[in-house]
Amino acid sequence: MSGAEFVPLSLTPILIGVFAAIACALPGNFLVLRRQALIGDAISHVVLPGIVVAFLITGTVTAWPMMIGAAAAALLAVLLIEAIRRLGGIEPGAAMGVVFTTMFAGGVLLLERSDTSTVHLDVEHALMGNLESLIWLDAFGWGSLLDPVALAGLPPELFRMGLSMIGVVAFVWLFWRPLKISTFDEGFAQVMGMRTNLIGMSLVAVSALAAVAAFDAVGSIIVIAMFICPPAAARLMTNRLGAQVGWSVVFAALSAVLGYVLAGYGPLWLGARDSVSAAGMIATVSGIILGLAALFGPARGGARG
Amino acid sequence: MLWQALTLQLGYNATLVAIGATLLGFAAGVTGTFLFLRRRSLVSDAISHATLPGVGLAFIVMVALGGDGRNLAGLLAGSAVTAALGLLAVQWLTRRTRLAEDSAIGAVLSVFFGFGVVLLTVIQTMESGRQAGLDSLLLGSTAGMLRSDALLIAAGGALTLILTLILRRPMIMVAFDEDYAAARGLNIRQVDLATMGLVMAVTVVGLKVVGLILIVALLIIPPVTARFWTDRTERVWLLSGLIGGASGFVGAAISASAPALPTGPIIVLTGFTVFALSLFLAPNRGVLAAVLRHIAFQRRVHLRQGLLALAHGQPIYERYTVRLLHRAGLSRPDGVATEAGRARAAKALLDEKRWEILRAMPDHEAAAALYDGMRPIETVVTRDQLAEIDTHLAAPQEVPA
Repeated sequence: MSGAEFVPLSLTPILIGVFAAIACALPGNFLVLRRQALIGDAISHVVLPGIVVAFLITGTVTAWPMMIGAAAAALLAVLLIEAIRRLGGIEPGAAMGVVFTTMFAGGVLLLERSDTSTVHLDVEHALMGNLESLIWLDAFGWGSLLDPVALAGLPPELFRMGLSMIGVVAFVWLFWRPLKISTFDEGFAQVMGMRTNLIGMSLVAVSALAAVAAFDAVGSIIVIAMFICPPAAARLMTNRLGAQVGWSVVFAALSAVLGYVLAGYGPLWLGARDSVSAAGMIATVSGIILGLAALFGPARGGARG
Repeated sequence: MLWQALTLQLGYNATLVAIGATLLGFAAGVTGTFLFLRRRSLVSDAISHATLPGVGLAFIVMVALGGDGRNLAGLLAGSAVTAALGLLAVQWLTRRTRLAEDSAIGAVLSVFFGFGVVLLTVIQTMESGRQAGLDSLLLGSTAGMLRSDALLIAAGGALTLILTLILRRPMIMVAFDEDYAAARGLNIRQVDLATMGLVMAVTVVGLKVVGLILIVALLIIPPVTARFWTDRTERVWLLSGLIGGASGFVGAAISASAPALPTGPIIVLTGFTVFALSLFLAPNRGVLAAVLRHIAFQRRVHLRQGLLALAHGQPIYERYTVRLLHRAGLSRPDGVATEAGRARAAKALLDEKRWEILRAMPDHEAAAALYDGMRPIETVVTRDQLAEIDTHLAAPQEVPA
C-alpha cells in the first residue's frame, strides 16, 4: 500500500487506537490485580449520561464540555457506588451494578427525550466510537509528516489521546513503588506510611481520565476491552509486575494495529466490499490474544506453574 | 393515559407486553436473588453482553437460508447459544487460569460484545440488512411490536417464571449454605449451572423488552432492594420477585403511555426508585432507621452519664445532657436533680456498682461481656445471681451533707 493512501486514511486512526489502548491498559494492570477490573466497565457505561447532560447544558457536541460532563459522571458514579456500599452494606459488585445500570438508563432516557436530531449523538456512537472517521485529510503521503501546513490539520483527538497517554504513563512511572506495594500488600504499605486510600482513589481517577479521553475518541467497547484483556493476558505470561506491564503494552498496541487493519482490509481480502467496525475488531483481537495466553501463557496457572 | 396503561386498556399488544414484562421481572428478581446471595451478580453482565454475536449470527444464518432475518424466535435462539458460550468462557478462564472472576467477566463481556458489533456492521452491508433493526435489542424496544413477538415474550416470561419456581428449593439451599446443601446430597455444580441457565433464559427473553445492556439491572436491583426489608432467605426471593414484577409492570405501563419513553430504561429507573426508597426507609437496615437508632443511642448515653454525675454530686456541663434530664423530669433546668432524678441516679449508681462486681467475677464472663455502660443489670442476670452480687456490696453509708 502506498503512503499516499495509508498516511491520510489509516495512520491517524491507528495511532489514536494505539494511544487509547495503552492509556487504558496501563492502569488496567493494577485494576486487574486489585480485583477492580470492572471499574472500567462501570465508567464506560456512566459516561453516556455525562455527555448527554453536557450536551443539554451547552447545546453543542464539542469535545471539552463532553469530556467534563463524562468526567463528572464518572466521579458521581464512584461516589454513589461508595455511598450505597457503605450506607446499605451491599457488596461492591452489586452496588456497582445498581449504579451503572441506573445511570446508563437515565442517559438513554434523557437522550430519547431531548432533541438530538441536529447533532451526531446517539447510543451506538457512544458504544462503538468512530475510529474510522478520524482521518487526516491534509496529508498526501509520508512527506506530510514534515509539512507544518498539513500537520495543522491533524485530528484534535490525536493530541488529546496522546496527552492522556503521556499523563497515564507519567502517573504509573512516578507512583510505581507505592502502586506496586499497595496493590500486593496493603497492610505492609500502610505500615510503610503510605496512604493506601489515596493511592487507590488516584488510581481510579487516572483510570477514569483514560476512559473518558479514550471514550471520546474511540467509544466504550475499546475502553472496557483494553482495561482488562491486555493486562489479563499479560498476567498469564509472567510473575513479575514490570514484565506484566511491558507485555500489556505490547498486547494493547498489537490489538489496536491488528484490529484496525483486519477491520479495514480484512473484508476486502475476503472479497467483500465494505469494512467492519474497527472498535469491535480491536476488542475481538484482544480477546483472541487473551485466549491464546490462557492456553499457552507460561504463568497461566498461578505462581506455582 | 397512564391510568389506562396501568389498568391494561391500551390494546392487546401493550397488555401482552406489560404481562410479559411483569412475569419477566418476577423471574429475574427470583433468579437474581440467588446470584446476589452467592455474590456473583455481575456474571449476568457477561452473559447478557455475550448475546449480541448470537443475534448477529442468527440473522446472517436465517438470511443465508432464505428466511426472514428478523424472526424474533430465531434471534433469541441464536443469542442463547453465544450467551452459553460466554458463560462457559467465564468459567473456563476462572478455573483454568489464575485470573479472578471479575477480570474474566470483563474480558468476556467486552470481547463478545465487540465481536457482536463487528457482525452488526457486516449485517449493515448485507442486502437484506438495511433495516434489520437489530440495534433495538441493545436497548429494548416494544413500540410497534409484532403480535407474535408480544406473545413470545409473554410466553417466555411465564416459562422462565415456572422454571424458577420449580428450581427455587435447591437454589435456596445452595445460596444459604453450600456445605449443608452438599451434605444433603445436592450437586452444587448442577445447581449453579441451573441458576446460570435461568439467568440466560431471563436475559434472552428480556432482550426485546429491556435490551441486553440493561437486563442485568433486573437481575441485580430487585434482590438488593429486597435484602433491605428482610434477613430471611425464603422471604428475600419472594420479595425480590414481587419488586421485579412490579417494576416490570409499572415500567412497561409508563413506557406505553407516551412516546419517547423507552421500555428498558423506564423499567430500570422504576426499579431504582424502589431501591432508593428502601435504602432510606427500610425499617432495620435503612439509612433513616440507622440515623434514628444513632440518635436514640446518643440520648441513652447522655442520660446515663447525666444520672451518674447527679449520683456523684458532680456538676453537668454538657447542655444537651441537662436538657434531656430536664425533659425527662429528672432535673431542674439548671441541672439540679429533682426527687425522681435522685431516685434514678441512685439506681444508676447501684447498677454501675453491681456491674463492676459482676465483671470481676470469672464465673460470669459471658454476662459481663454484655456490659455497655447502659444496660440495666436485671436484664442480664437472674434474681438469685443478683442477690449473690449484692452480698459483695458494701454496707450503706451516710450520705455526706
